Amino acid sequence: MGDTTEAPRLGTLIIGNCQAGVQLASTLRELGDTDPITLVGEEPHAPYQRPPLSKAFLKGEATADSLAFRTHDFYREHSIELVPRERIFRIIRNADGGVATAESGRTFAFARLALTTGAVPRTIPFEGSELEGVSYLRTATEATVLEQQLREARNVVVVGGGFIGLEVAAGARSAGKNVTVLEAAPRLVGRAVSEQTSEFYLQAHRRRGIRVVLNAQVVRFVGEHDRVTGVELGSRDEEGPGEIVAADVVLIGVGVVPRTELAVQLGLEVENGIVVDSRALASDGLTVAAGDCANMPNPSIGDFGAGRIRLESVQNAVEQAKVAAATLLGLPAEHRTVPWFWSDQADLKLQIAGLSGGHDRVVLRGDPDTEKFSVLYYRSGRLIAADCINSPLDFMAVKNALHKGLSAPADVASDTTVPLKKLFAAVEAADAGRAEPSPVPVVLPAVPVPIPAGSPAA
Amino acid sequence: MPTVSYVAFDGTETIVTGFAGDSVMETAVRNGVPGIVAECGGSLSCATCHVFLCADSAGLFPPKLDLEDDMLDGTAVDREDNSRLSCQLKLSDDVSVHVQTPETQV
Repeated sequence: MGDTTEAPRLGTLIIGNCQAGVQLASTLRELGDTDPITLVGEEPHAPYQRPPLSKAFLKGEATADSLAFRTHDFYREHSIELVPRERIFRIIRNADGGVATAESGRTFAFARLALTTGAVPRTIPFEGSELEGVSYLRTATEATVLEQQLREARNVVVVGGGFIGLEVAAGARSAGKNVTVLEAAPRLVGRAVSEQTSEFYLQAHRRRGIRVVLNAQVVRFVGEHDRVTGVELGSRDEEGPGEIVAADVVLIGVGVVPRTELAVQLGLEVENGIVVDSRALASDGLTVAAGDCANMPNPSIGDFGAGRIRLESVQNAVEQAKVAAATLLGLPAEHRTVPWFWSDQADLKLQIAGLSGGHDRVVLRGDPDTEKFSVLYYRSGRLIAADCINSPLDFMAVKNALHKGLSAPADVASDTTVPLKKLFAAVEAADAGRAEPSPVPVVLPAVPVPIPAGSPAA
Repeated sequence: MPTVSYVAFDGTETIVTGFAGDSVMETAVRNGVPGIVAECGGSLSCATCHVFLCADSAGLFPPKLDLEDDMLDGTAVDREDNSRLSCQLKLSDDVSVHVQTPETQV
């Protein structure tokens, strides 16, 4: 394309070869961009799916190669230059473009810049963290080590009862390990789900033989010959030493922190992530950011723009990256969607539709003891979200309803003999029959929207 | 090696050579075939890899399980009798598969 006598054209540099980065590059091509695209990241692999790292990967059923998003042919055919093993540490830019420099000294000139820098595990400097067998989980490299350690382990301790921790715990238990989950809070997955859902997971994992300790205070990791052998807990009665839980492997999963170093260096506004608008544009009006690293206006249809939020999920990475690509090309786009998340823990499939922040009523649909039920969240009488456990029909129905702005009365929605899909269809038909436009826009209460832990994409 | 023909809503056909053991979804996504989104990466969580399996390919795959059947109730374009989630269609050696992709997945 173009006049070959010209100097090399500068194109888009995408920093972070991950879900959002690959999507951004792919979408640029789909939108007709013919300028060079470079996707640079520090990991040694071609970009791959992260969610399976805490699931199939640990069972030995996946590798970084098998989880790769695209073939090498795809990148070649679409002229997307993939640059692994390069960590960008410095960027200089102005309105016309700039240069990014990697630690290796290699430089990348660009006309447009996208940050898909993701997040890193939140670390806690427990004494003994350096012992072999203590790990965090974010990358395929880490998952490879953990998979080997788990294979030989008898006693597995997971610090943190969030999605990642519970997925790993459930997998290890299924493989016959002695598993203990230590959660500092009074309930599991407290950031992302209701008390009812938390209580269900507590009981379900205990039924499967996992020991769950709530309000757990980890004092330190103990070991012999540089290998971890246990986790010391705080004393419950303030007298005498605390319990030491035996451990051959300790996985710490206590959330993630967005990677914003480069954004800070660029002078971009940063607050719990890179602050972007609904077009994924950062505060300089030039750089875009997408995925786990971005703090954006609430993208939920129904609560659009109400407060700011950072989401850790595959869907958010994908959809926000598409918007970011359009924005880079000067095309109109807006990140407006129904956020959704999933978590597979042993045979328990959790699907979450919508954001439950600010809910004032929780309705149970089905019996948690059957391990097939949903928790519906309402605010000011309107359905805003649902946690669906082994209930894909409820999930799909709620997700579609939220897309259309439909709700359903709580007392009817709790009746499992009526499929939600039918219920919403009836509501839609009734709405269509009215002259007045409906529904009325929801007025948000002055409650900050909490950040859900998001999906295992984290 | 198996081949998969994806015919888009507008009639555009994309033919991809895949690998035995991969799914029809994986084969599409890795090669950037439009029309299949597959947000959840094949964990039966999103119903965005919906395809219509052509009659000549129906016998190449085992029937759907309950979970897939349930998820198909929530696809963006309404299901038909030959609807499948392509993440559940694993390719065997040397098969030739024909699917149509719906107008939209989300």
